[in-house]
Amino acid sequence: VFQRTQKENWVDSRTIYVGHREPPPGTEAYIPQRFPDNRIVSSKYTFWNFVPKNLFEQFRRIANFYFLIIFLVQLIIDTPTSPVTSGLPLLFVITVTAIKQGYEDWLRHKADNAMNQCPVHFIQHGKLVRKQSRKLRVGDIVMVKEDETFPCDLIFLSSSRGDGTCFVTTASLDGESSHKTYYAVQDTKAFHNEQEIDALHATIECEQPQPDLYKFVGRINVYHDRNEPTLLYRAIVSKISCLISGVAIYTGMETKMALNYQAKSQKRSAVEKSMNVFLIVYLCILISKALINTVLKYVWQSEPFRDEPWYNQKTEPERKRNLFLRAFTDFLAFMVLFNYIIPVSMYVTVEMQKFLGSYFLTWDEEMFDEDTGEGPLVNTSDLNEELGQIEYVFTDKTGTLTENNMEFVECCIEGHVYVPHCINTISYFDHTLHYEELFFRALCLCHTVQVKDDDSVDGLKKNQLSRRSCIYISSSPDEVALVEGIQRYVCNQDNFMEILNRENNIEKFELLEVLSFDSVRRRMSVIVKSSTGDIFLFCKGADSSIFPRVKEGKIDQVRSRVERNAVEGLRTLCVAYKKLTAEEYSNAQKLLQNAKLALQDREKKLAEVYEKIERDFILLGATAVEDRLQEKAADTIEALQKAGIKVWVLTGDKMETAAATCYACKLFRRNTQILELTTKKIEEQSLHDVLFDLSKTVLRHNVYILSLNRLSTDMQDYGLIIDGAALSLIMKPRQDGSSANYRELFLEICRNCSAVLCCRMAPLQKAQIVKLIKLSKEHPITLAIGDGANDVSMILEAHVGIGIIGKEGRQAARNSDYAIPKFKHLKKMLLVHGHFYYVRISELVQYFFYKNVCFIFPQFLYQFFCGFSQQTLYDTAYLTLYNISFTSLPILLYGLMEQHVSADTLKREPSLYRDVAKNALLRWRAFIYWTFLGVFDAVVFFFGAYFLFDNTVVTSNGQMFGNWTFGTLVFTVLVFTVTLKLALDTHYWTWINHFMIWGSLVFYIIFSLLWGGIIWPFLNYQRMYYVFMQMLSSGPAWLGIILLITVSLLPDVLKKVLCRQLWPTATERIQVKIFFIVKLVFCITSL
Amino acid sequence: MAVNYSAKEEADGHPSGGVGVPGGGAVGGGSGGGGGGGGGGGAVKTRKPDNTAFKQQRLPAWQPILTAGTVLPAFFIIGLIFIPIGIGIFVTSNNIREYEIDYTGTEPSSPCNKCLNVSWDSTPPCTCTINFTLEHSFESNVFMYYGLSNFYQNHRRYVKSRDDSQLNGDNSSLLNPSKECEPYRTNEDKPIAPCGAIANSMFNDTLELYRIDNDTRTPITLIKKGIAWWTDKNVKFRNPTGDGNNLTALFQGTTKPVNWPKPVYMLDSEPDNNGFINEDFIVWMRTAALPTFRKLYRLIERKDNLQPTLQAGKYSLDIAYNYPVHSFDGRKRMILSTISWMGGKNPFLGIAYITVGSICFFLGVVLLIIHHKYGNRNTSADIPN
Repeated sequence: VFQRTQKENWVDSRTIYVGHREPPPGTEAYIPQRFPDNRIVSSKYTFWNFVPKNLFEQFRRIANFYFLIIFLVQLIIDTPTSPVTSGLPLLFVITVTAIKQGYEDWLRHKADNAMNQCPVHFIQHGKLVRKQSRKLRVGDIVMVKEDETFPCDLIFLSSSRGDGTCFVTTASLDGESSHKTYYAVQDTKAFHNEQEIDALHATIECEQPQPDLYKFVGRINVYHDRNEPTLLYRAIVSKISCLISGVAIYTGMETKMALNYQAKSQKRSAVEKSMNVFLIVYLCILISKALINTVLKYVWQSEPFRDEPWYNQKTEPERKRNLFLRAFTDFLAFMVLFNYIIPVSMYVTVEMQKFLGSYFLTWDEEMFDEDTGEGPLVNTSDLNEELGQIEYVFTDKTGTLTENNMEFVECCIEGHVYVPHCINTISYFDHTLHYEELFFRALCLCHTVQVKDDDSVDGLKKNQLSRRSCIYISSSPDEVALVEGIQRYVCNQDNFMEILNRENNIEKFELLEVLSFDSVRRRMSVIVKSSTGDIFLFCKGADSSIFPRVKEGKIDQVRSRVERNAVEGLRTLCVAYKKLTAEEYSNAQKLLQNAKLALQDREKKLAEVYEKIERDFILLGATAVEDRLQEKAADTIEALQKAGIKVWVLTGDKMETAAATCYACKLFRRNTQILELTTKKIEEQSLHDVLFDLSKTVLRHNVYILSLNRLSTDMQDYGLIIDGAALSLIMKPRQDGSSANYRELFLEICRNCSAVLCCRMAPLQKAQIVKLIKLSKEHPITLAIGDGANDVSMILEAHVGIGIIGKEGRQAARNSDYAIPKFKHLKKMLLVHGHFYYVRISELVQYFFYKNVCFIFPQFLYQFFCGFSQQTLYDTAYLTLYNISFTSLPILLYGLMEQHVSADTLKREPSLYRDVAKNALLRWRAFIYWTFLGVFDAVVFFFGAYFLFDNTVVTSNGQMFGNWTFGTLVFTVLVFTVTLKLALDTHYWTWINHFMIWGSLVFYIIFSLLWGGIIWPFLNYQRMYYVFMQMLSSGPAWLGIILLITVSLLPDVLKKVLCRQLWPTATERIQVKIFFIVKLVFCITSL
Repeated sequence: MAVNYSAKEEADGHPSGGVGVPGGGAVGGGSGGGGGGGGGGGAVKTRKPDNTAFKQQRLPAWQPILTAGTVLPAFFIIGLIFIPIGIGIFVTSNNIREYEIDYTGTEPSSPCNKCLNVSWDSTPPCTCTINFTLEHSFESNVFMYYGLSNFYQNHRRYVKSRDDSQLNGDNSSLLNPSKECEPYRTNEDKPIAPCGAIANSMFNDTLELYRIDNDTRTPITLIKKGIAWWTDKNVKFRNPTGDGNNLTALFQGTTKPVNWPKPVYMLDSEPDNNGFINEDFIVWMRTAALPTFRKLYRLIERKDNLQPTLQAGKYSLDIAYNYPVHSFDGRKRMILSTISWMGGKNPFLGIAYITVGSICFFLGVVLLIIHHKYGNRNTSADIPN
């Protein structure tokens, strides 16, 4: 057993010899490991493997692969269309992608080189040596100067600051620009010059690299002492400290930064999913078409005079070929003939539409925030249209709905309330004096705030003189608010904290331990030693985590005050303390030290120790901090609700605060009946009963509404409040498998509530909720919006993740799909941009399928008249260019510019969002309509031309037209019909639309004239020579073209008009209304 | 457009999702490797976006919508335009004289029945004569067509079996025809000119028309020029070039198509209608779109303004029956037709125009009713808002 654990140890930890010094003999022998060098490789390709690797990558995509197969089939067997027709578009797509990716890889190479070659100072044989960054190896001791970037992950050995600290910013890593303090390893912090450091003889044992930025477990063995090292990550800029030294432990691609560049999972939009379903349908159509034709061909050919009439003999090898092989080749040839029904160009166009379309979001002036100078960011354009499909919005509270701009409002000490302005001048009640003093001490000592001073040499004095102007920095805005509010904290140096007491004298405390904050415990503690030698433990945390640990103090008064404040939407914290005897302290210290040194399960052990230490408090009081609502938060939420989107607030805050915020932002209204599903209630009744009661209430309400025949749906709506504990009860799997039942019941209740508030949520629970809704049976589209690191899990989980570029770092924005500066921008993002994106892309997808049905179906019909010989109807040039140039640009432009209703209207009438909800424009009905329209048009084109040409003369000079004229006539009708159909669908005609639509028709005509006007020397056939001109010289051809276009467009126009007249959607009503208003205004002004 | 793919490609399992240009379009994804690739397309970091109409999607635009009110007039107008056009076309088409004789000879009573199983190399050619009567006279120029049925000139193997550069007078192609011509590319190791199945199966019946006036047969002059497209005859089809105009010499080294009785340079006596630029040949080389087709054979020009081109009366058609169609169930016809500005007799276009026009008119009326019944409710109720 022992051996096994040793082995495991070896596998998941690594040993590093600092400065490459072998450990003294006699210590445990380590198996040397090989570490990579410090070369950063973010590029994917090298010069040599670019072509094969890139091609491989590109053809791994199914669609590309499909087109490649079609192309190869065309090359190998004798097919009706030349390989150029599918090879050219494919080549175009592949080349453009390859060039793009190559260029980006070249940029990455450049960046890599810059990184790998930047000089690094490190210590070798007691001297400072300059080398290129890439030559750095694990175990080297590196010196980093101020404002330099760390070349790799380092163990912090010492700094030029005497106390062994350094301040760093991690902006390039997680975007948090606040300064963080790191502490050097205790045993080495005394080393200051190169010789001293070089003499260090130590090994470091640590875990193998892992991507978690905030976790590092390791142990440094300075012969012979053990300590917990601090890890500095690559690409953090050291800021305040002058010169620090560290030992490289993770290098190159193993640094935490490199590990964190791994991809997020791919999200796919609902439109993309329906597109893929449609593709499969079309693939089936394609295969069945080819099959039908192959079978018919052999039935038809069963009579030899048809298979091989005297005028059309086969070649000898053809005749000898095996029947099955022939049939298979014919099948493939039909596939090739009809393959345009799944066009390459659709993918190109969809990608271009998404990519270019996303610029409109970033360009939007209304979504630009003047204060922060930030505009929206688009991290992926794949989900643009998903913004128009949102059914659930999960929003964080702090920093998202609220400003996260804390202001210290009041404190309550022993039941007495103080407001900040008069804290210093307050006349103390005698009997509470002691507590007050302790309370303020607690607030001043129990935090992680840093004082930022510009001049580090005489900063202390400066602070004393003008302490009100100094800047406090912390990762928690509450703490800053508190410290600022108290205005008594001076500074900390060398583990000593200095604060002003009541008489403006400086009191000095030695900071012994920090039991840092975490979101599970929801509290933090410090152990300090006063100048008099007393040891105190001060604790600050959420009321729910403090009250159970309090043994004395005026709990009831404080609690009532806390609850009152919470109802007003204030954030409250409770403060408690206990005095430790020296013995208790040394016990605690021992426990902590043990836990900290543990290599495995360190966090769990620490938590256990914290639990043991933080108990039996004496309650001091509570603070209240106000977090103001973001501007227009209420307006935004109201609009979202009108748009049929359910808004859920997920917060870690306590119920009362969160509920107050919900009332303030109109998520809950006066008449909303609040249903509670909280721990308190579950304690009273069983979960089972609570759930059933609630569902009964909600369902009765539903029946009531139905009986009222939906006369007043908004008469009564429900809001649900659930807390984390209750949620985990519901989610917890049970032995008897009834959990699914609870889940269903819970979902049923939620479905009938207009708003849901989930409070006391751990970050993972937020994601859990999102997942629960996402996977419920309707599969609604979810959106999560948040600003902090605790929202990342839910942002990643939801269909669309939106980050607020806020104060709690940029981590949320970095992990999101889209980032916006303020919550209020969500309104325009969903209601306007999302709606537009959805309408545009759904039309684009449907139109693409439609125009290719129109294009290919006549070919199919033609097979019945050419002996199933796979003869093409259109010329090769037309086959190739139809999707590339004749009909591609108008629809791309439509995809970028269409506005069926103006943006202002969409914003003013949020209910229009319901018109496109649930993928309304891509449902089967719509898809079938478009497909049938395509088939109808194709039948009209083909048989129109057929009857026009059938055994008759259509020229005025008696000369005859051939098969190419027939095809060209069909094609001309096709191009015009398809383009005009789009023109009929366009509601927003800018000059660009006019240019594109009429331009592509003109281009078609010019191209055809040119294509038929010259004997092209490089072609081995001249079949199109003068065909188009001859056609235009014939009167019936003109009349036929006009007639066929009219007939093809007629049903669609009729359907549009009738639907608008008889069953108008909300959008159509608004359109008509605005149309008439514009007309009216026009009439009035012209009068 | 510095788009970064580092995020996307690694996770690219997604099927058929993104071919295409932007490789999936992870716009401005996490910048790989310390700033490589930059922030990407979306990042407008410190600068306020321009307030241009285009970027703010506020370009001035015409915003039409299709309501019954706007479409109504269009329907009526289409109806009012299409119906007269249709009537015009219909009348024109009906005024066209057309006469058609099937001379395949499948019926035993037919004079050409004896030639039914004729083969290519039967010498002398089987001839037959069919008498017919024109009930009405043909006033203007008459066009004489031959028609074939069940003949798949549009079969793929057939359509591509030609060499356009050979026909365009290219000397190297003359002696080395395209592979597409197989199996009609070479014969006895000599290149075939013109090669290919189309040329090989050229229609070679000879039709002659006589007017029978009191038992005297007066031949009717059939003009064989002007039956092919001008551009075909003058540009697309050319005889091979070389010194001298002797076609026999120019076609030296080639052989005739297998089924032809004579080589290509002996198609006609006139030099400007011989070789590849023979109009009968050019007409045949323009492959028909459908298996039942007709091709222009000869023109009969109106001689003077006093007499119709073909008077009502008895005629006879002399056929040198060479072209076998019975083996594939084909039919052969001879068609005489006059031509108007809109071509030959074709009732389809006229009827279609009249029908579509009437439907539009009818729909217009229906829409008018709907508009009156429902339209006012929709619009007027909303306007006060």
